Amino acid sequence: MLIRHGGDLTENDVTPHDLYLRRREFLTLGAAGIGLALAGEAGAIPLKGAPSPFSTAETKTAKEDVTGYNNFYEFGVDKDDPARNAGGLKTSPWTVKIDGECAKPGTVDLASFLRGNTLQDRVYRHRCVEGWSMVIPWLGVPLADLLKRYQPTSKAKYVAFETLYRPEEMPGQKRRVLDWPYREGLRIDEAMNPLTLMAVGLYGETLANQNGAPMRLVVPWKYGFKSIKSIVRISFTETQPRTAWNLSAPQEYGFYSNVNPQVDHPRWSQATERRIGEFRRRPTLMFNGYGEQVASLYRGMDLRKFY
Amino acid sequence: MSRKTVDGLVLWAVSLTCLLPLLWLVWRGYQGDLGANPIEKVIRNLGVWGLRLLIVGLTITPLARILKQPRLIRVRRPIGLIAFGYIVLHLSTYIGIDQFFDWHAIWKDILKRPFITIGMAAFLLLVPLAATSFNAAIRRLGPLNWRLLHRLVYLIAPMGVVHYYLLVKADHRPPLVYGVIVLLLLGYRLLPRATRS
Repeated sequence: MLIRHGGDLTENDVTPHDLYLRRREFLTLGAAGIGLALAGEAGAIPLKGAPSPFSTAETKTAKEDVTGYNNFYEFGVDKDDPARNAGGLKTSPWTVKIDGECAKPGTVDLASFLRGNTLQDRVYRHRCVEGWSMVIPWLGVPLADLLKRYQPTSKAKYVAFETLYRPEEMPGQKRRVLDWPYREGLRIDEAMNPLTLMAVGLYGETLANQNGAPMRLVVPWKYGFKSIKSIVRISFTETQPRTAWNLSAPQEYGFYSNVNPQVDHPRWSQATERRIGEFRRRPTLMFNGYGEQVASLYRGMDLRKFY
Repeated sequence: MSRKTVDGLVLWAVSLTCLLPLLWLVWRGYQGDLGANPIEKVIRNLGVWGLRLLIVGLTITPLARILKQPRLIRVRRPIGLIAFGYIVLHLSTYIGIDQFFDWHAIWKDILKRPFITIGMAAFLLLVPLAATSFNAAIRRLGPLNWRLLHRLVYLIAPMGVVHYYLLVKADHRPPLVYGVIVLLLLGYRLLPRATRS
């Protein structure tokens, strides 16, 4: 939903009937906006989203594991470091800079960035490049709905994202384990795919800091490191942006990093994965099981070369 | 107390101390306190303790020399054997629990992942050392051959460090710390005998 001023409304801007019937969900949205603005002070705030057909019915990973077993090197390299060290991160106020190849660049606070969008529940499979996986009930907004407002131009072939750089609150940044700030990127059609989500919550609450508060990307058909956390900058670019793990080890982490059981990482076979909470490994699915939605994006590409 | 009693007590104390990390791991497992990915945690923990004890084993000879306590050498064997025990458990957990005896996947891992190739090779090199860690073996091999054979540990410990280094994604500091310690301990052995203490 765009909120435009005055006279340029056309019939296309009339709220569709089904949305009109669900209009009470917009109340949630208003509350979410306020809630997010307060999140830094008040801790987790309850959120409510509309159900989505993209959600999986698989058993969700325990909340304790989703919030306690994280890769977020800004807070340390061990899986339990983020939960332990992320408490000092202030997520309010939070501003996002949108720049590059778009007609309406700008710097906005989080509430304005999200305003006018309905939160959705998206229960997604999450596959880490290290060979483990989870099922996570996210709350968020399709990234496309957020980006369109800034009117990317025809030169916008890619979208680049940056994580906050604030070593005094993100102790892991005091050492150059990675080339900070953390950076990620998507091709514009990947960014605009309806599966791509800007998440602001999980398990019915605003995101915990260790999960990438106040907002993070969720790209469920790619390895987890593509889903960049605590985003402060979004740039539309004409050339393929550099990404943090690719800068760190280019032969190991490609730009695309689609989940692909046939293309091994040098350190981990990608054929199987351990779902957190399960004992036996299970086979990994091509595009993490989202081939129906995304396989067409890569038609004709050699996915061994563009790993 | 007789010297023999003291030696016996020291051996027992050292062995039990070396087993504490394992007891701690079992206890935490029993408490359900191994985190979201207990299998990974157990494998890591056993591997790191195997490497640490190998390194502790390498410090005994220099320490005995520097402290002029030749009888200290006697603790080397239990430390080395317990290190081997941790590494056996480390490998068994990988094979039996992580991969659930998927021999095809394990073989592919050995061939394709350098860190597993090196880890497996280091394990195979350790086997003859563990198998000859009793007095009758020393007698049968003769002390000189036995000593030469056991110098394999100078190769095995660095291989363990490389195994660890190759596994780490970005923060190479911990394996590098182990690497430096191993280099110092091996470097000591290159010093001319007279300067060693």
